[in-house]
Amino acid sequence: MIVGDRKPLEEILNSIKDYKKIMLMGCGGCVTVCFSGGAKAVGLLASQIKMARKKQGRDIEIIECTPERQCEYEFIDALKKDIESVEAVLSIACGVGVQTMNERHPRTITIPGLNTKFMGYPVEHGFWEERCAGCGDCVLEWTGGICPIARCAKKLLNGPCGGSSDGKCEVDKDTDCVWQLIYDRLKSLNKLDNLTVVREAKDWRTSTNAGQRKIKFEEAML
Amino acid sequence: MKQRSRLEKVLSAGKFAVTAELGPPQNADPDVIKKKSQYCLGNVDGANITDNQTAIVRMSSIAAGAIAISCGLEPVVQMVCRDRNRIAMQSDILGAAALGVKNLLCLSGDHQKFGNHPQSNNVFDIDSVQLIAMVKKMRDEKQFLSGDPIKEHEPRLFIGAVENPFADPFEFRVIRLAKKIEAGADFIQTQCVFDVDKFARWMELVVKAGLHEKVYILAGLTPVRSERALKYMKAEVAGMSIPDELISRMEAAGDKEEKKEEGIKICLEMIEKVKNMEGVAGIHLMPIGWESITPVILERAGLLPRPEV
Ligand code: SF4
Ligand code: SF4
Repeated sequence: MIVGDRKPLEEILNSIKDYKKIMLMGCGGCVTVCFSGGAKAVGLLASQIKMARKKQGRDIEIIECTPERQCEYEFIDALKKDIESVEAVLSIACGVGVQTMNERHPRTITIPGLNTKFMGYPVEHGFWEERCAGCGDCVLEWTGGICPIARCAKKLLNGPCGGSSDGKCEVDKDTDCVWQLIYDRLKSLNKLDNLTVVREAKDWRTSTNAGQRKIKFEEAML
Repeated sequence: MKQRSRLEKVLSAGKFAVTAELGPPQNADPDVIKKKSQYCLGNVDGANITDNQTAIVRMSSIAAGAIAISCGLEPVVQMVCRDRNRIAMQSDILGAAALGVKNLLCLSGDHQKFGNHPQSNNVFDIDSVQLIAMVKKMRDEKQFLSGDPIKEHEPRLFIGAVENPFADPFEFRVIRLAKKIEAGADFIQTQCVFDVDKFARWMELVVKAGLHEKVYILAGLTPVRSERALKYMKAEVAGMSIPDELISRMEAAGDKEEKKEEGIKICLEMIEKVKNMEGVAGIHLMPIGWESITPVILERAGLLPRPEV
């Protein structure tokens, strides 16, 4: 899932300082699951904003809503009337939701209230870790299902750097060295041979380097 | 190979090789390199010029290497994967060779978090093993990484790599060394050896795998002037193994001068030990911030004068 983190209140207040009537839009997808952008988060942020603006003596009107997914026309189009009745939309969906709104409803500006962080999952309740960087050419097959692109600070493909120590990464003592994890997993699977092969330089064209990426699924096209 | 470096000649003649580190300054003063070169000139078979070590901005290792050459010294130019993509690296490899550089040491590089620009975006387009393979391809197959031919004047470089016997997973360190050799490393310089026993265990694995016959291994050694440096490395630098016994020896050594002498003695003892280990082809001295001690240690270790090759 996509994991996000709400922007600091100060920054949000500053970005909507010129408006008297806004819509605060969450999303029922990933950000609901990671507590940062669901209906509950919308309610909480709305009252924080109202309170802050009241203190400034500049009341603000907020329409709250949380479509099932902010990144699909079908769900945001249902809110068209309300969207067009406000000066701006403050979105606490991921960056995809914010852009879907701006493209689909160009007459209304949609402002991000959330920092989109990474693709990951909750390793424990309330604690998420990154797992995939969307490199576009997955190597998990030979790494024992553990990603060195997203989880190694140097994106190494031929084993750990010289800073791997006691299972931890040189960059952060609280982060596992992913190459230690890969080594241990492959050892337990009896597949250490996977690591003796010299892995060639990666073709990064499948990643973000070649500009915007697209996927076509002909069967689904109308 | 035509145009062989002095380091390659010494090693292939079966002589015990000596290299030492020379850190470029954090400014544009060529005299710093000229001055430091004097400690190395005639005393070592190659001087390692570090590449923005610990991610702190310094004079370019290639530029500093060219200055060292003008002083009569043969540099081992270091190149890390942190700051350049494959295009810039190949371009710099051609440039270095054109300036007369004959040895290139390939490393991943310390993470930018440790330097003075932690905000920067790192590159790591390729890793150190892939860098080694790329230099070899340019040299031996006369091709760029893309496969495009280098029609003439391919870079003739003696290819070095590093290995850290003290990082984890311990057993993987030998596999990684084998990969670097397969990729094309001609010589290896190790991370600073303080824990001689652990280094000996690693060398045993290396010899058992027959790797010492495929590559020249130079043991990295760092003389220290006080226990402070040891304590700092033990606490702060990942992938270091520093026996407490060394720290207490330095602590017990008395005043500043006596501590210096003890540091030299420890280094000399280590040289003796690694010299007698099977598979060790030389030493690489890394006197961090104490370059003037290089000739002193080498003299007392009986490693001077350097052999004619
Ligand atoms: S290898 Fe690429 S696609 Fe696979 S998990 Fe890692 S970043 Fe994602
Ligand atoms: S310590 Fe491990 S995870 Fe961290 S940069 Fe080095 S190889 Fe990557």
